[in-house]
Amino acid sequence: MSTLATAPVLLAAGDATTEHRPLIIGLFAAFVIATLAITIWAGRQTRSTADFYAGGGQFTGFQNGLAISGDYMSAASFLGISGAIALFGYDGFLYSIGFLVAWLVALLLVAEPLRNSGRFTMGDVLAYRMRQRPVRTAAGTSTIVVSIFYLLAQMAGAGVLVSLLLGIKSDGGKIAIVALVGVLMIVYVTIGGMKGTTWVQMVKAVLLIVGTLLITFLILLKFDFNLSSLLGAAADNSGAGAAFLEPGLKYGVSATSKLDFLSLGIALVLGTAGLPHILIRFYTVPTAKAARKSVNWAIGIIGAFYLMTIVLGFGAAALLSSKTIRESNPSGNTAAPLTALEVGGGAGSTGGAILLAVISAVAFATILAVVAGLTLASSSSFAHDIYANVIKRGKATEKEEMRAARLATVLIGIVSIGLGALARDLNVAGLVALAFAVAASANLPTILYSLFWKRFTTRGALWSIYGGLVSSVVLVLFSPVVSGGKNSMFKGVDFHWFPLENPGLVSIPLGFLLGWLGSLLSKEEPDAGKYAELEVKSLTGVGTAAAVEH
Amino acid sequence: MATEAPPPPRKGTETDTGPAGPTTEQFVEVQESEEFGELRRTYRSFAFPLTVAFITWYLLYVLLSNYAGGFMGIRLFGNINMALVLGLGQFATTFLIAWLYSRHAALRLDPKGEAIKARMEGDA
Repeated sequence: MSTLATAPVLLAAGDATTEHRPLIIGLFAAFVIATLAITIWAGRQTRSTADFYAGGGQFTGFQNGLAISGDYMSAASFLGISGAIALFGYDGFLYSIGFLVAWLVALLLVAEPLRNSGRFTMGDVLAYRMRQRPVRTAAGTSTIVVSIFYLLAQMAGAGVLVSLLLGIKSDGGKIAIVALVGVLMIVYVTIGGMKGTTWVQMVKAVLLIVGTLLITFLILLKFDFNLSSLLGAAADNSGAGAAFLEPGLKYGVSATSKLDFLSLGIALVLGTAGLPHILIRFYTVPTAKAARKSVNWAIGIIGAFYLMTIVLGFGAAALLSSKTIRESNPSGNTAAPLTALEVGGGAGSTGGAILLAVISAVAFATILAVVAGLTLASSSSFAHDIYANVIKRGKATEKEEMRAARLATVLIGIVSIGLGALARDLNVAGLVALAFAVAASANLPTILYSLFWKRFTTRGALWSIYGGLVSSVVLVLFSPVVSGGKNSMFKGVDFHWFPLENPGLVSIPLGFLLGWLGSLLSKEEPDAGKYAELEVKSLTGVGTAAAVEH
Repeated sequence: MATEAPPPPRKGTETDTGPAGPTTEQFVEVQESEEFGELRRTYRSFAFPLTVAFITWYLLYVLLSNYAGGFMGIRLFGNINMALVLGLGQFATTFLIAWLYSRHAALRLDPKGEAIKARMEGDA
């Protein structure tokens, strides 16, 4: 069936998306209008900093679990993982597992203590026992760097993806899409704050799950709900045979690539619980119990989603030829929409057109919800950590702080539109992995030491944040991600000396080591009283229940 | 905010409403108490080893995928091989550990934590 379908499908994805364009644009517009309405409604209820940063702190565990899933499952997960499975088989699946297991770190070690001891940002917890200004500056810097890298990857990806789905080829068109995504995220965040962003993320999570369920069901229907025969068809059709179902096609090609995957895996598992846009979501619920419940829901939803991507990815491999997938997009990013078209009845069919449009709209919703979360995390940290606590030394009024947060949102939005437009032809996929590596090397060690190690000091915190941050960024700068590799960001130059694309193997141990060493070499004594406050609060929740009253 | 409360609440880390929270001295006292020590032990002795265990299990899976291709390629039934079963096993253990921890927290941690919280907030 694949040979028959190949030509028209290719046509549909490449040139003749024009045929489906009105439908796709209609669904995009419906999503935008619905989310703008939510944003305006949420904006009316956003009066205090607690509303803006934490949505009033009164979401339920289930709502927050849904929003966490919406915040976390980026276009890279949805389209990237199903595409990677479609092209590389098992290795695409292998990649997805780290993203799920990582949630246990958040559940067991981070979510509840963070909810109990902080209020709005990661910096609240990191600076609790320390000298406020230097540690908040470091936490803010790291938050903004991680979020901007992640944001940039999403924005550039959005330009490529949406233009592909809409059949836009011109440079101007791609830039216009990046700008549109940027403007929408500025509007969501400045007007709706955390409350608006949370609802957008919940709506997106529901759409993503329903869309994926539908396609998964239709694929399984074609194979009589027999996973083994689906896998067999995928292996046969991929041309790789049994090797398609085994590890190695992507990460196992050389000794370096194996080491690289190990490095990536560690960064994924340890990075998630250090991503600022995820951490601030724990403040949107009233208690540690609700934070625990949110993570449990998130694990269930995200786990179910990755299980479905197995069907989606292998289904794409079974139903489409890898040539079709590659020609539409070399990294397989359009495998999921193409499969939707195929299971809906193929190119030219109404069912196919509708499913393609639905999946495209889901992808668009996914991008918007994630960029809104990232923007909110970085503007919150700028306003709360850097402006209010460093520049104003804790003396800013609520009004001033909110104004700073909104202004920061607009600035960050404009910067990311600019960078996203500039980077539209660069391969920026590596930036997501970099964001995880920084989160694992700079943020996680500092969070864990702050919460659990009595002797941790200001110097230790600064060393682990800056050490982890600088080492990851520098290693990537001199890695094949940036220059000298086959898929480098910049072609024609080669200044790389670090062999791995993922710095985690070096930078994560370094971040932990520096935090320990910095504390040992401190002249200052750790503040035992503050640690008593932090530890008792983090385990019992003393003093947290009233976060909503304002 | 109660004026006679000794330490001024620091902005950003405490709620600005309601009665002033317990004093630092009270926190130190609670931290050193037998009751809190037991809460800390009950939490750490469960969460820490479990964290080491699931990270080790994940790394083992990654290392097997990297360096034990033959083993991972063993077919178990139909087209389902060892690699797929172990991968799905990671999902299963993740769900299992989340459930185990949540049960432990609800049964053993929440009552202890809530008792301390109620007493400290009542005192303040």
